[in-house]
Amino acid sequence: MTASTLHVPTAGPGAGDPVLEIENLSVDYGYTDDATHVLRDVSLTLHRGEVLGLAGESGCGKSTLAYAAMRLLPPPGLITSGSVHFTDRDGTRTDVLRQSDAELRASRWQDMSVVFQGAMNSLNPVFRIGRQIADGILAHRPRTTRKEALEQAAGLLEMVGINADRARDYPHQLSGGMRQRVMIAMALALDPQVLIMDEPTTALDVVMQRQIVEEIADLRERLGFSVVFITHDVSLLIEIADRIAIMYAGDVVEDARAQDVYRRPRHPYSSALLHSFPPLRGERRELTGIPGAPPDMQRMPPGCPFAPRCAHTTDVCREVRPALGPTALADRGEQEAARRVACHLHDAAAGRGGGSLPAGLAR
Amino acid sequence: MSTPALGAAAVPPSAAPASPAPDDGAAPDESPVLRATGLTRHFPVRGRRAAVVHAVDGVDLEIHRGEVVALVGESGSGKSTVARLLAQLMPRTAGGLELHGRDATVRGRRAFRAYCRRVQMIFQDPFGSLNPVHTVRYTLSRSVRIHQGRLRGAELDAAIRRVLERVHLSPTDRYIDKFPHELSGGQRQRVAIARALAADPEVLLADEPISMLDVSIRLGILNLLQDLRDRLDIAILYITHDIASARYFADRTAVMYAGRVVESGDSESVTQDPKHPYTQLLIGSAPDPDDLAARARGARGEAPSLVDPPAGCRFNPRCPVAADVCRTETPALIEVAEGRRVACWGYSDRPDRPRVGDEGGTR
Repeated sequence: MTASTLHVPTAGPGAGDPVLEIENLSVDYGYTDDATHVLRDVSLTLHRGEVLGLAGESGCGKSTLAYAAMRLLPPPGLITSGSVHFTDRDGTRTDVLRQSDAELRASRWQDMSVVFQGAMNSLNPVFRIGRQIADGILAHRPRTTRKEALEQAAGLLEMVGINADRARDYPHQLSGGMRQRVMIAMALALDPQVLIMDEPTTALDVVMQRQIVEEIADLRERLGFSVVFITHDVSLLIEIADRIAIMYAGDVVEDARAQDVYRRPRHPYSSALLHSFPPLRGERRELTGIPGAPPDMQRMPPGCPFAPRCAHTTDVCREVRPALGPTALADRGEQEAARRVACHLHDAAAGRGGGSLPAGLAR
Repeated sequence: MSTPALGAAAVPPSAAPASPAPDDGAAPDESPVLRATGLTRHFPVRGRRAAVVHAVDGVDLEIHRGEVVALVGESGSGKSTVARLLAQLMPRTAGGLELHGRDATVRGRRAFRAYCRRVQMIFQDPFGSLNPVHTVRYTLSRSVRIHQGRLRGAELDAAIRRVLERVHLSPTDRYIDKFPHELSGGQRQRVAIARALAADPEVLLADEPISMLDVSIRLGILNLLQDLRDRLDIAILYITHDIASARYFADRTAVMYAGRVVESGDSESVTQDPKHPYTQLLIGSAPDPDDLAARARGARGEAPSLVDPPAGCRFNPRCPVAADVCRTETPALIEVAEGRRVACWGYSDRPDRPRVGDEGGTR
């Protein structure tokens, strides 16, 4: 298993077709007029067999987006508009936001499953881990006997690299990395097509993080599911994701292939975010970070949310909110044309070959 | 185990312009501000008589004026325990602690207060380390009045504004009467640093000061600490699990594994040319978008139980090159180059030494 294999979309029927389409999704926290708008008209598509990375700072809405797509938002979270469509293996397209409670209950875990943030603490401490996995299987496949379910659970544990004997252990008997693997095994129990991983490695050290990431890449290759990988660690994302969506203050500001985001960022925020991590290798250089702090979502300024911290702000940035659209360099080829960015600099430079773009954003 | 000679090579070029010239052998600055020798801390295990957790075992550490020393290790390696021992927030099981060459062990409150004035600590979580019911003014006035004498009225106000300006929270009017919840994470951490600076300390122990902060503002805090080191000549111990930030910020780096220091030296050579197999694994596991092929693959195993740590080198169960001697005898820190010390039998001149090379982890 090498890194290069991670970037090849799994071949097979329907590879590359959309499996989850999020369109113009808006989410509020609160029910009154002064509710906080945490997502504003976000559109995003996940393709079959793809690893889509969602990156951004805390509070930018990346977890909210993933949970809203699964209708898992806890109150007072409220989806105010938009649609989410899930396409099954046989091509049937369902509107997730219109499913009845019973349909939703049947499809969750079966079609889309989640590895939650802080997965290490999401296991029930009073049940053996084998039983916790078997419970999910029994709930969705009532024909299985308890014995079969427990055997399947043991097999799943083996699949994520845990000895099947440990199925009779309680969560406290496992280390953090092993608990994380149990959560992944549990999420994969019903062979889902979409796996949402919310900061699955944040609480782990780098060596364990490497093991888990390899595990996920390996499993995806064998089972062919799609992954939405949420993290704030952009360098990790560039390594494992096929495509990255960068979020800022409830908007997707850039959506492009992972290597493109890294080598040729088009949005000033993506560029600044990439320069906020001191590099482990290569030249040592002075880094500045991003001046200011993320905006208060309750008092969002009009215009581009990044304008107060951006080095290239113009008058239009303070007044009009930019929409996600093609880059100013879209005539450079197919790859460039597939990129999306939400920035007035690109709107202004469009049609002029990107001549007026700042040097850092026009590579 | 401790070699005072380390001090001579301890000030790397980047610190040279700001710190007093270390070439004069008779200068008092030559001796470390804070020195710990054989620092050991064992925690009793409840319910098992005589069993202890070997949290920290025989750690030697020296910090000089105007120098940043990073202590890097995974969670549970004992790095935070070292910080708490150095701050004397808990008693040592064994080992000595010297401040300017004199024994600094405190007995009683008065001595502890005097020690606090010189050695201050910054905690990981600025959300928890500031009292939410008090304003910035009150929090800082406590520290100022304890450490700078019983100032009142205008004098007190001026002293508070002085420390706020030191951490770049200006204009001070905007922050001085705020409650912690009205500040962002980065601003809160700045207030926590200001509180530590009010004592005008010689040593600052920073226990993961940026881990809880948003990625875009982490660099701001690191640059602030770097600036304080340069202007005020403070010695800083920077504890982190992120070895890339240690390379960016620290002059010297010590790597801890399972309660022991396994490698130390100047940050640039520790990160660019790691000697110990554990450091090689750590560096090889960090995500690096530029070089996807050269990652450490198949890293297995996890940190050992510290109740019954493995005999000999504590890394031997995971070490790819471990030989018999590694399983029986504990390696001491061996000087392998100027200022570089490694606790690994592979660098000794024993005939039965293991062969450590490039195959050690970063293939």
